[in-house]
Amino acid sequence: MKKYGTLIFGIVGWVIALIMFFPIFWMAITAFKTEQGAYSPDLIFVPTLESFKDVFARSNYLLFVMNSIYVSIGSTLVCFLFAIPAAYKMSFFPTPKTQGRLLWMLSTKMMPAVGVLVPIYLLFRSFGLLDNLFGLIVIYTLMNLPIAVWMSYTYFCEIPAAILEAGRIDGATLWEELWYLLRPMCLPGLSSTGLILIIFAWNEAFWSINLTSANAAPLTAFIASYSSPEGLFWAKLSAASLLAVAPIMVLGWLTQKQLVQGLTFGAVK
Amino acid sequence: MKRFASPLFAVLITGVSVLAQQKTVTIATVNNPDMIELKKLSPKFEEKNPDIKLNWVITEENTIRQRITTDVSTGSGQFDIVQIGLYETPIFAKRGWLRPMENFPADYDLEDLFKSLRDGLSYQGKLYALPFYGESSMLMYRKDLFDEKGLKMPDQPKYEDIKKFADALTDKAKGVYGITLRGKPGWGENMAFLGTLLNTSGCTWFDMKWTPTIDTPEWKKAITFYIDLMKADGPPGASANGFNENLTLMTSGKAAMWIDATVAGGMLENTKESQVAGKMGYAPSPIEATPNGSHWLWSWAFAIPKAAKQAEAAEKFAVWATSKDYIKLVADDIGWAGVPPGTRKSTYDNPEYQKSPFAAPTLQAMQTADPTNPAIKPVPYTGIQFVGIPEFQSFGTVVGQNISGALAGKSTVDQALKDSQAAVSRAVKQAGYPK
Amino acid sequence: MSVATQQPVVGPVGAPASAEKPNLLMALLEAPSIIALLLWMIVPLAMTIYFSFIRYSLLNPDISGFAGIENYQFLTEDESFWPAIINTVLLMGAVLIITIVVGTLLAVLYDREFFGKNVATLLVIAPFFVMPTVSALIWKNFIMHPVYGLIAFVLHKLGLPAVDWFGDYPLISIIIIVSWEWLPFAFLILFTSLKSLDQEQKEAASIDGANAFQLFFFIIVPHLQRAIGVVVMIETIFLLSIFAEIYTTTSGGPGHATTNLAFLVYSLGIQQFNVGIASAGGILAVILANIVAYFLVKMLAQNLKGR
Repeated sequence: MKKYGTLIFGIVGWVIALIMFFPIFWMAITAFKTEQGAYSPDLIFVPTLESFKDVFARSNYLLFVMNSIYVSIGSTLVCFLFAIPAAYKMSFFPTPKTQGRLLWMLSTKMMPAVGVLVPIYLLFRSFGLLDNLFGLIVIYTLMNLPIAVWMSYTYFCEIPAAILEAGRIDGATLWEELWYLLRPMCLPGLSSTGLILIIFAWNEAFWSINLTSANAAPLTAFIASYSSPEGLFWAKLSAASLLAVAPIMVLGWLTQKQLVQGLTFGAVK
Repeated sequence: MKRFASPLFAVLITGVSVLAQQKTVTIATVNNPDMIELKKLSPKFEEKNPDIKLNWVITEENTIRQRITTDVSTGSGQFDIVQIGLYETPIFAKRGWLRPMENFPADYDLEDLFKSLRDGLSYQGKLYALPFYGESSMLMYRKDLFDEKGLKMPDQPKYEDIKKFADALTDKAKGVYGITLRGKPGWGENMAFLGTLLNTSGCTWFDMKWTPTIDTPEWKKAITFYIDLMKADGPPGASANGFNENLTLMTSGKAAMWIDATVAGGMLENTKESQVAGKMGYAPSPIEATPNGSHWLWSWAFAIPKAAKQAEAAEKFAVWATSKDYIKLVADDIGWAGVPPGTRKSTYDNPEYQKSPFAAPTLQAMQTADPTNPAIKPVPYTGIQFVGIPEFQSFGTVVGQNISGALAGKSTVDQALKDSQAAVSRAVKQAGYPK
Repeated sequence: MSVATQQPVVGPVGAPASAEKPNLLMALLEAPSIIALLLWMIVPLAMTIYFSFIRYSLLNPDISGFAGIENYQFLTEDESFWPAIINTVLLMGAVLIITIVVGTLLAVLYDREFFGKNVATLLVIAPFFVMPTVSALIWKNFIMHPVYGLIAFVLHKLGLPAVDWFGDYPLISIIIIVSWEWLPFAFLILFTSLKSLDQEQKEAASIDGANAFQLFFFIIVPHLQRAIGVVVMIETIFLLSIFAEIYTTTSGGPGHATTNLAFLVYSLGIQQFNVGIASAGGILAVILANIVAYFLVKMLAQNLKGR
């Protein structure tokens, strides 16, 4: 009986996975079609690389990719630098004010970007941060900090304080406590947090387009240059999107392994 | 040691001065195919001007308009050349945000640029932008389907002819629709086409006292005609179809007629991307009660913001990109059918260009479109498919949304017009009209 | 000696000797985040409040001066205002419910072992990687278009009439797209949270005779309480200002069927570069968000407690 159970779960799991993935799959194969055949429902067709050729000829892909990487990874690292100490403190040494502080942090994200476009633009202009990778890192760090704190806090709360306490009683220093006990237990949580932060920064399409021009533009600006108001672009946009998503997909695949590793590394016991 | 000092110093000075003279010109443009081609050919300009380096910011229309407006109006100097249209140029020029264009080489031939464009891009007699690309609107139809049904397109069709043709050509069972028109909400989307339909049907946006005239019998007749036509002979999903969706419908052979930008002609005749190349016919945009404002006028033109850091180099590029030489460069690269349309008379005099079936109707449209005379009676604004005031971007879109809602059956035409009248009244009152 | 039971919420745990040092050190741990966010909140907020009370249009420097509540009036008296508020809440609520219910079920499903689970997990998470504008374009033009989209193609083969998704069911179409984008987020957090559920607890319950439903409702869901709380709070903040998907597909239409507050701010404010109106809209959005957050916190008080 149990074997049938596993089979059914497998089938349902895979059906859902395929449904979720289907639109991306369709975009991926459209990238290999000609512009003329881009909107036809054929699954079988002669693949061509001409859209990719057009994309590379037209835009400096490398510049956009590097900018995206700098900004996403940079802002995520700075986020963790600020967030992990704060989340550690809030989770293991909470005060009556902690709940309120957490909610307040989230409330800094309540203002829709469209409402605050001009104030931020003027501020950035005054500080010379327009079209500047550092400026983007600053704004993404501030945008993602509440998320980083919340998620790290959540994962820290799942770790029983007793284990850390036991370590302390056994004579571990603060550093040893953090590195040998805390780290393995929260690694899966922090990995998924890191992945999520990177994706939020990678796909952020409002500030990255409005605050950059030629030098600091990341992949979101690259994509925006492909949805033309007057002209067919489906195959090219698909190719460009594939190129924009590819680095993240690779990162996601690597992080998956890390997640699994983190689990077998240290069980809660 | 001393012997090396002087030549070393000289080399250093020369090196530094060459670096110092490298001027970076940042250009912001829309991502239409003609601009993509311009970027592709721009190394030729950099070869002729080794001290100038071009930096491109190319993105879609609404985004670049937002970026450019924010930059130019706050004097931020992020861009040295901006690509703006007939709508923004007079508004920006009035505020003193642009430098006038004054330095032309001898062979530039300013008079060769269409007068309608030169006027549209000037303010108080000075030219503030050089047109790179010009378009009007026209009727594009499937000549082969017309011939099949024995229909003939008159030299100047009227909208009642269009209804007759559409009814005859619609074959929903076969998946062919008589006509497709823009329906996606937006001041530059559905309202661009509807603006021309409304003008030619005798409607106006405002009377001379800046009172909106939307809730009127003329508007009701015109909009009802549009909705009935689309319901009977248009494709499903019309209320979300913009230029691109309609282009896709036409190139895949699903629609028999389309009234839209003249630039679509080049795309429809492109054998690589269109299944209907060689089957198309082109006619002037239909008229109704008056020929005024029956087809729009638009241009993407290069202007130089006051705050530009490299104004001289920028002007050099703008002049190069809009010159006869550049047009010839494009012709050598991708053929005459692909040159930037609608800017110079000399392009249309060229026998090679005249071979394109859409050349003659485009020329006629460009020469007869008059933004200073868009309606059947005098009006306080200029602009054919737009009202040339800054607030239009907002209330034009709201009206577009209401009409799109009526098209999708979410409201009646009366309700849509009533709501639009109210919205536009509030908008202009807020902005202080009449001034 | 210490027992792993519920510790009181207040005060540090154990640690006898260094009672003063932790306090200063602890404050220093939190301080950078708090200060950074404080600046980030105060400066733009102050500017936005100021702009909302003056007449300030980028394109029209003629109109200037103190505006009082004019900007607010212009927005709230617009006939799309209350529909926009309703649409905002509807969109947010529907996506929340869909992503959390389906996310929980999926997390439980994927907690089991089955063939190729790792690859399947990556496929489920994939939509989260794609840029919202691109997702919206894919759904609008490749899948949902009533003439040349894939759904229309399949319906045609089955002899059924095509569905005009964005014309007839605009808000539902947007909800579908946004749910598809955010399901991976909910799934990822819930799935990771399940990993810390004690296997022994589950086995003990099984041995005691609990069936799958009881296991689900009495062991799994309570364990996921905190994670669900986090997902709700974070998603809400994002969903309240959904913009890109609406802008790319329907431009708020037809009529104002898909106009939410963020889009209204764009449409009436930014589109005509009127900073006064846009700022007033931003403040109104913050007020709405606070009201929603208040109710959510009340409902989820249990979930959001600390350890």
